[in-house]
Amino acid sequence: MKFLRTLALVAFAAPLASFASGPELHLDKAPVSFENKSLQNGAKLFVNYCLNCHGASYLRYNRLKDIGLSEDQIRDNLMFTADKVGEQMKVALQRDEAKQWFGVAPPDLTVIARARASEFGSGADWLYTYLRSFYQDEKRPTGWNNVVFENVGMPHVLWELQGQQVAHFAEKDDGHGNKTKHFEGFELVKPGKMDKAQFDQNVADLVSFIVWMGEPAQQTRKQIGFFVIAVLSLLAVVSFLLKKAYWKDVH
Amino acid sequence: MTTKSQALLNWIDERFPLTSTYKAHLAEYYAPKNFNFWYFFGSLALLVLVIQIVTGIFLVMHYKPDASLNAAGVPVAFASVEYIMRDVPGGWIIRYMHSTGASAFFIVVYMHMFRGLLYGSYRKPRELVWIFGALIFLCLMAEAFMGYLLPWGQMSFWGAQVIVNLFSAIPLIGPDLSVFIRGDYVVSDATLNRFFSFHVIAVPLVLLGLVAAHLVALHEVGSNNPDGVEIKKKKDANGIPLDGIPFHPYYTVKDIFGVAVFLIVFSAIIFFAPEGGGYFLEFNNFIPADPLKTPPHIAPVWYFTPFYSILRAVTSDFLIVLQAGVAAIWVWALLRAPALGKAIATAVAVIVIPGMFFIDAKFWGVVMMGAGVVVLAFLPWLDQSPVKSIRYKGALTKIAIAIFVVAFVILGYLGVLPPTPGRNLTAQICTVIYFLFFALMPIYSKLDKTKPEPERVTWK
Repeated sequence: MKFLRTLALVAFAAPLASFASGPELHLDKAPVSFENKSLQNGAKLFVNYCLNCHGASYLRYNRLKDIGLSEDQIRDNLMFTADKVGEQMKVALQRDEAKQWFGVAPPDLTVIARARASEFGSGADWLYTYLRSFYQDEKRPTGWNNVVFENVGMPHVLWELQGQQVAHFAEKDDGHGNKTKHFEGFELVKPGKMDKAQFDQNVADLVSFIVWMGEPAQQTRKQIGFFVIAVLSLLAVVSFLLKKAYWKDVH
Repeated sequence: MTTKSQALLNWIDERFPLTSTYKAHLAEYYAPKNFNFWYFFGSLALLVLVIQIVTGIFLVMHYKPDASLNAAGVPVAFASVEYIMRDVPGGWIIRYMHSTGASAFFIVVYMHMFRGLLYGSYRKPRELVWIFGALIFLCLMAEAFMGYLLPWGQMSFWGAQVIVNLFSAIPLIGPDLSVFIRGDYVVSDATLNRFFSFHVIAVPLVLLGLVAAHLVALHEVGSNNPDGVEIKKKKDANGIPLDGIPFHPYYTVKDIFGVAVFLIVFSAIIFFAPEGGGYFLEFNNFIPADPLKTPPHIAPVWYFTPFYSILRAVTSDFLIVLQAGVAAIWVWALLRAPALGKAIATAVAVIVIPGMFFIDAKFWGVVMMGAGVVVLAFLPWLDQSPVKSIRYKGALTKIAIAIFVVAFVILGYLGVLPPTPGRNLTAQICTVIYFLFFALMPIYSKLDKTKPEPERVTWK
């Protein structure tokens, strides 16, 4: 049995290491909060700043009742382009036109938080860092570039809130005589409506909403999970005692 | 039993073998009393099969195998999965049970197969039980592969593209064959629809038939046990094996406990980590399939990775190793094997050794990947040890199995990573170990210093 135990240990421990692919990314940890206050602020930001180009077409407006809003609140504050509260959060933007304007049609964002997870961090971390990493770049058609997603087609839609920042890069030798660009930091050249702490908090709320939107059932899922495991544990105990009772005459 | 219900039972028994079937497979099927931890996985595999079928039935009610784009520019198939996750009541739990169930199926089946390997469950008279099992494993791989296309995400699409393209490596018929399989020049709506059909009808039918055959064959010869001794050799006056206990109620109650523990682990994943850290549901698969955007790294789901690594390990400079291997087996067969073995080995060697000079390494990679699965079916004849169970086998076998397991796990691990020269060499070494484990088994299992088997089963 000792041999088997060692084998089992090797077999189970080895796959725990992680994937590794693509260039390395340094992501900030997103302070995700599932409190209604954060999610509602996130929904407001999402509808105002994202939903003009990006759809969230798997989500219906009335699902926002899950984050503590009433149908009237949703209808009066969040529905700019839809008539019925049961409609999906789609955009009027034509995909072929969008492709001409941005080079690529803006992707649907409903499950983006799940798609952006990687070995470098969760999807929330990626979004949180990405949305705060736009900088001015005259070489780009939109005038904006991004440290996390180089040469991205999307302009900095939150510039009004964050202000305008430039990025500082240092040339580094990679040891083989090649020069590589190394990101050193941002400098705020023109402040926006919010200071850094406020802006970070609002982006965190927006990201929280996007994470919630990726799987609206995720909070319910965990609540049910505790209950299910508790019941199954009881079943395990009872069935173990039953087994013992049945097996007492087996020698 | 009241006379009325007895009368009803008699009425049925005269027309259908209800009582005798119940007795033969449950109440009077005598199983060895010394089953240990490893023996839970057979019944668990059956449980997972039922979970997959039942959840699958409900998923098919809402899923649409349609690759065309909806008004929002999302493929209908992809959107229908998200519809299940959001708008279908309880849809998310059914979907997670099915997607986690796929990984659970392979975990359980790998454990079940490993049990067979440890205790020699494939040995005479259980060769057919084992072969049916190997066919089930093959079916399961086909089932999982085709099911993985259905969510129509990036990994679904590109994984299918990579694997179907492998068929194009077959000489002469390859390119046409891969078009025939896809029904198109690229993976498309046609492919999605036929994979859907295979996944929900064709393969499950075959799978169920094979599972039935697996169980009928098992109940014909009786279960093996951790000591690898036949309980049927020692019977009491009534012809009941001394070390046997009726499957029902003893193993039914024991398996209920196993099921409860399994379901706790299964639920922990479904409710708290349904993505399995990106191993059960790959992150990239939350991006809808895009035929114009190849992902930088295409990795199959974890349960395929050992075999995928074998495929990738076969590069053109590795063929010489394979040629040497085939030649060695040929020489050995000419010296030692019976006439039929000599003929088969000669035929294989005459085709394969020159063939490797002319046909692309990719084709031989496919052959090796297939051989990696098929070789399992030959275990009953490769193992020449006088004892069945690892408990009475010697150090040689134990070392061989340990190295084999390590090589298999490394192959699986490398399969999720993008290739580098160092990793490729490691995969090649592990591929050689994988096949040497089987190829050398007739030799080391015979040389091995075994301990005597006990007369009766033991408790350990």
